[in-house]
Amino acid sequence: MALTDTDLKRLARLARLRLEESEITGLQGQFAGILGLIDQLQAVDTRGIEPLSHALDLGLRLREDLVTETDQRARFQSVAPQVEEGLYLVPKVIE
Amino acid sequence: MDLANTSLRQLASALHERRISSRELAQAYLGRIERLDGELGAFITVDPEKTLAQADAADARIARGQAGPLTGIPIAHKDIFCTQGWLTTCGSRMLSNFVSPYDAHVIEKFAGAGALILGKTNMDEFAMGSSNETSHFGPVKNPWNLAKVPGGSSGGSAAAVAARLAPAATATDTGGSIRQPAALCGVSGIKPTYGLVSRYGMIAYASSLDQGGVIAPSAEDLGLVLNAMVGFDARDSTSIDRPAEDYTATLGKPLKGLRIGLPREYFSGGVSSDVAQAIDAALEVYDRLGAERVEVSLPHSALSVPVYYVLAPAEASSNLSRYDGVRYGHRAAQYADLNDMYERSRAEGFGPEVKRRILTGTYVLSRGYYDAYYLQAQRVRRLIVNDFREAFEQCDVIMGPSSPTVAFGFGEKTGDPVQMYLSDIFTISVNLAGLPGLSIPAGFGAAGLPVGLQLIGNYFSEGRLLQAAHGYQQATDWHRQVPDMARA
Repeated sequence: MALTDTDLKRLARLARLRLEESEITGLQGQFAGILGLIDQLQAVDTRGIEPLSHALDLGLRLREDLVTETDQRARFQSVAPQVEEGLYLVPKVIE
Repeated sequence: MDLANTSLRQLASALHERRISSRELAQAYLGRIERLDGELGAFITVDPEKTLAQADAADARIARGQAGPLTGIPIAHKDIFCTQGWLTTCGSRMLSNFVSPYDAHVIEKFAGAGALILGKTNMDEFAMGSSNETSHFGPVKNPWNLAKVPGGSSGGSAAAVAARLAPAATATDTGGSIRQPAALCGVSGIKPTYGLVSRYGMIAYASSLDQGGVIAPSAEDLGLVLNAMVGFDARDSTSIDRPAEDYTATLGKPLKGLRIGLPREYFSGGVSSDVAQAIDAALEVYDRLGAERVEVSLPHSALSVPVYYVLAPAEASSNLSRYDGVRYGHRAAQYADLNDMYERSRAEGFGPEVKRRILTGTYVLSRGYYDAYYLQAQRVRRLIVNDFREAFEQCDVIMGPSSPTVAFGFGEKTGDPVQMYLSDIFTISVNLAGLPGLSIPAGFGAAGLPVGLQLIGNYFSEGRLLQAAHGYQQATDWHRQVPDMARA
């Protein structure tokens, strides 16, 4: 199975990855190989087998409902691309 | 002190008996890095000032008589572990400016043990790769032959240990990223049972498979480092809470009667002849040590690569959606609007292999394909786990090659992602099942390049795996062989 230009562009949009036209042909070839690899799974009879998301059967733990975090805003924002008055800045989304 | 051939235990006694100070030891390793790493590229960051400050603190702790087994020992960390005040890049342009504001649980554990941070090691970008060629910071070279890859994704950690630029290094393993580079670089490496080492602060790739571990020259060294690294952490929802274990306690116990399972699928072609010969010779050593061979079967093992290349990219596409150029990491300089900022920041920040996996993951999770790919892969994952469960009813440890070939050349597999993915054919199923796996040096194959023997154990059998590896290492000296450059 092969992916068309339109398929690839749609995936890239969903993944928020800008693709250059020059990348598309190469990616199509690589995807043909990857899909060929994962399509092997279609031949396996898995009737009656439950999907397994995690190898170890771990229950989710609950913790006490207590405040455990302290205010570390300044420290965490020290690595942000753009902040002002404690807020993360992004381009305007509402005119 | 001959750092090319000194075990961690010997280093620790030298420190405790005050034959060498931690500062002198750190200086010796930093000197080796300065001399040898220019051509190797195993480290992304070294910061002698920080390391030596920790060494002075360790020397003071030793003087107070409060030293533990790792106090004063320099350890290199894969650049996937967030380290407060240190650049933590995950091998990516996306994080090339990220000075971590906090420590991973693993880093905290080593700080508590009094170990020093020797530096941050190079790796495939976001741990996606089997040759270290996807790193934004350039490939690591294999110390045995600089024209060959060191394996990946923990190639920097493996090469650093092989060249004896560090006595031990942390690493992570999602599909073989500890065992395959350990094999290709002729060193020992262990991936513990999923959940033993906290993933807190370990930059996520595929969360249901990612596990931290260690690379070091010998099984004994691995046990000592693992003792400091394993531990419950409430901040990782899959961390396992169980009593602490001394992973060196069973070392030296005889291997007589050990049942070694040999999966027929691992010994029926698909392995280059030099690797197959070395593995046969290693199994004969185990025969002489009194172990028994048992034939077992892992019928779905050939499907582990396709299962992995559905599940790991699916998890990666979700995990890596956090890199949006807003809170940390790379942001594009020019953009038209918010969406354009996301798309450009991610396109500039990620390399081709990371993009391929994000797109693959987006595809298998999208409407119309989710059942056929994602759920089907999860069903086959269960079949793979069941295979191991049945095999471990007949044996104590499973053995086979860690990698189908010795180290390959740069560029040999970069054109064809599927060929690269098949490098991990013997290691991936262990991650899918969450089992512990170990690779140890087992001689040399073509062109004098190292071969790795893989040992796979049942859940929480790290002690037994290390015992089996140590027994072999007492009977052989492959793990003491060093490349010529390490003697420099």
